[in-house]
Amino acid sequence: MIWGGPLRWAPRFTLALLVVPVAAGLLGTLIPAFSNDAKGFRALVEWPGLWPAVRLSLGTGLGATALSLAITLLLVASLWGTRLFALILHLLAPLLSVPHAAAALGLAFLIAPSGWIARLLSPWATGWTQPPDLLILNDPYGLSLTLGLIAKEVPFLFLMALAALPQTDIARRMQVAHSLGAGKIAAFAVAVLPGLYRQLRLPVYAVLAYSMTAVEMAMILGPTRPATLSAQVVIWMADPMLTAQATAAAGAVLQLCVVIAALLLWTLVERVARRALVRLAEAGVRAHALDAFARGAALLTGGLTAGALILGLAGLAVWSLAGLWQFPDVLPQSLSLRTWMRAAPDLVSTGAVTVMIAATATALSLALVIACLEAEQRFALSPRGAALWVLYLPLLVPQVAFLPGLQGAALRSGVEGHWLAVAAAHLVFVLPYVFLSLAPAYRAWDGRIATAGLALGASPARVFWRLRLPMLLRPVLTAAAVGVAVSVGQYLPTLLIGGGRVETLTTEAVALSSGGNRRLIGAYALLQMLLPALGFALALLLPALAFRNRRGMAVAT
Amino acid sequence: MLRRHFLLATAALFALPAQAQTAWESVLDAARGQTVYWHAWGGDPKINDFIAFVGQEAQERHGVTLEHVKLASTADAVARVQAERNAGTLTGGAVDLIWINGENFAAMKDQGLLFGPFAESLPNWRYVDVAGKPAVVTDFTLPTEGYESPWAMAQLVFEYDSARLPEPPQTLDALKDWIIAHPGRFTYPQPPDYLGLTFLKQVAYGTLSDPSVMQAPLDEASYEATIAPMWAWLDAVTPALWRAGKAYPQNEPALGQLLADAEVDIGFAFNPGRASAEIGAGNLPETVRTFTLQGGTIGNASFVAIPFNAAHAAGAQVVANLLLDPEIQARAQDPNVLGFQTVLDLSSLDAPDKARFDALDLGIATLSPADLGPALLEPHASWMVRISQDWMQRYGVAQ
Repeated sequence: MIWGGPLRWAPRFTLALLVVPVAAGLLGTLIPAFSNDAKGFRALVEWPGLWPAVRLSLGTGLGATALSLAITLLLVASLWGTRLFALILHLLAPLLSVPHAAAALGLAFLIAPSGWIARLLSPWATGWTQPPDLLILNDPYGLSLTLGLIAKEVPFLFLMALAALPQTDIARRMQVAHSLGAGKIAAFAVAVLPGLYRQLRLPVYAVLAYSMTAVEMAMILGPTRPATLSAQVVIWMADPMLTAQATAAAGAVLQLCVVIAALLLWTLVERVARRALVRLAEAGVRAHALDAFARGAALLTGGLTAGALILGLAGLAVWSLAGLWQFPDVLPQSLSLRTWMRAAPDLVSTGAVTVMIAATATALSLALVIACLEAEQRFALSPRGAALWVLYLPLLVPQVAFLPGLQGAALRSGVEGHWLAVAAAHLVFVLPYVFLSLAPAYRAWDGRIATAGLALGASPARVFWRLRLPMLLRPVLTAAAVGVAVSVGQYLPTLLIGGGRVETLTTEAVALSSGGNRRLIGAYALLQMLLPALGFALALLLPALAFRNRRGMAVAT
Repeated sequence: MLRRHFLLATAALFALPAQAQTAWESVLDAARGQTVYWHAWGGDPKINDFIAFVGQEAQERHGVTLEHVKLASTADAVARVQAERNAGTLTGGAVDLIWINGENFAAMKDQGLLFGPFAESLPNWRYVDVAGKPAVVTDFTLPTEGYESPWAMAQLVFEYDSARLPEPPQTLDALKDWIIAHPGRFTYPQPPDYLGLTFLKQVAYGTLSDPSVMQAPLDEASYEATIAPMWAWLDAVTPALWRAGKAYPQNEPALGQLLADAEVDIGFAFNPGRASAEIGAGNLPETVRTFTLQGGTIGNASFVAIPFNAAHAAGAQVVANLLLDPEIQARAQDPNVLGFQTVLDLSSLDAPDKARFDALDLGIATLSPADLGPALLEPHASWMVRISQDWMQRYGVAQ
């Protein structure tokens, strides 16, 4: 065994790689939060918007997660095996890479009282010659924000579900359930869902944590009186008054606690749902009547989700070409390439840096993740619960809570400002997502194939290179595409570790979105989306090409 | 003997400017070949293009490379210098130049995070209109003492579409009546955004019985009574604001977008040339015009400052000096470029340089300096800190 030694240590090494930066960064946050007699906490408690902000974070986070999961499951349950399924897959996959800020701005332009929908209907249907004074964006209940989060998270969960599906034996289970008389939804819920959710659980937690800590989206779509807790922490961080830094640190600590509380609440709901599911199974629910309704609901919600994102982005694309574009004109008065011409040199250079960083972080993450999983298989290691939580650390701990501390560490070691340092910081966020998206498929790979290979005299390394890796090509490439998308979307790590000298499409786009210029944001958003979309296209195309003569490797639809 | 003394004294007299010349030349020598990292807000493509242009000039004239580090917020750069100091990076810092003013400058100066004083020894300082524009040496009542160099003047102007609103209100009271008569058609960026706070300052100027008290640090004992008229004004208009005051735009660009989308009829900006520039860029219709209030509007200056640990302080000074160059200043004032008001005293310029300014077509929507009216001084920073907190208490949380 060539790398038996190092391989055995791969999981521990990887975990350390995740723990050390987060822990160091967190210390850098906890100290200011509790120093000076916990002044930061006192300021935090005195802030009049505190409880509304916490309520908002909880409400929008839990609401968006529950609805995203429901829509994803509905889509999988009622459309699996149909032609529509493939269509929706192809629609949703590239949307995963839409940066949050761009998605939010696109959505905002769509649903605002002066937005595209209102323009389409005005004045002929609505009689509006000027935009109505309606509170749609920034509504106090965070409904627009929830909608935006759902539109962003459904593609992610859907793709995760898709990666897990082949391992759930869905075809045979559905068949058996059908033959026992169950309708489509009932069959899915009883026979497939338990296995599927086990693999989806971690991505769902990540979605929950992310939804509660999202900053860009909350700033654009969320309420402002007060903002969500995460947005408020960033506002405090940007405050030149030094005292606000302690408040921000305290807010970040509170944010962490709120996320943990929400996760605990979620696991409680999981338990209740599990019991309900067992009852349903025992009662022999068949629920044929539900199928038509579920199909309709799936088409409606899936269509709405994809439609909102696609139309919003189309709106931004048109803006990137627009001259003057006033309400209620459906299209701009004139079109011009001005925005693109102006931005072209910047787009090329920042695009190149973005690709370089994403490729490095993703390649390293993939190598580490595969090494971990292979070690787990070969040495029959069983990851403990604690290891999973460590994996989750970078996704659960709000970025604002540990990145400033990490920046201090990078400064001291003198590595900040280099693109490699940025790639290393991205690794912390990319690796968990790569792991989450690859692990289920890797673990569910039929071990009997390896046994057969070994019995025929192949070395474990040969089994890995010749059997496991090729057979897992699709999930590996999907994981790589997810990694690229995550890296491309990183804002705070790039800004803080890059010292402002490493410019990526995202740092540029976020700087621009603070100026609200829809034209330029449109141009950047399109490119920002294009890069990861290319990755996903490759993840779909390459296996199809490589396995065009292997029927068993065709997409399981 | 006497003669010898006289000769020495004369020599010394001539040597003085010569020495100053040499000092600046040594700065130029040190700067050549340096790359200056200018941390500046990157939210406006017009400003980004202007900074790129300054970069070209710096390269051609002085061999200095200028890199624009685009920020979402100036405080990011301040925080970065703080982080460097805390990490012990006392030389070779990442930030060479910051576009700064107000609270950020006060915070950095207070903590000794600035290089200087340097501004008043820049060769182009002689053109700066210190007498006519006191804001170039007084930043939010804080004397700059040469720790930052001005490069643009800003003044609050209101923007409106004359096609939708032929007669805009000219006083704060008239504005109040207009807002109440046209519910949902006016708003301001949510404090602590600086433009939102600037609007509150403007309201304070128009409602306080003696606005000059705001030039001193606020007096806790009399604050509530002093400021009460401002809250009364806001209480009166809030139900008639855009979205009935249930939501506010985030910042100046967001407010500008509302005007462009016809969601509001009156917007405002901290740049008298913004409307013309936006018309030129095709973002606003040609019928947009600007106005100021009788009695004047808040004005201040934008500065550049150099952190104490800047790796390229010489190059940074060269850029700061270049920003005061009459040619560059005229370009910044061109509404097709930026539309920022100059910090220079036009009467101090040579004829050809002065001609550059005279030749500028200020733009269809820009008020002439005479029509712009007086620029009111920024209040002491303590007022804004307190007003910002109280605003949050009163309007910042949904009831």
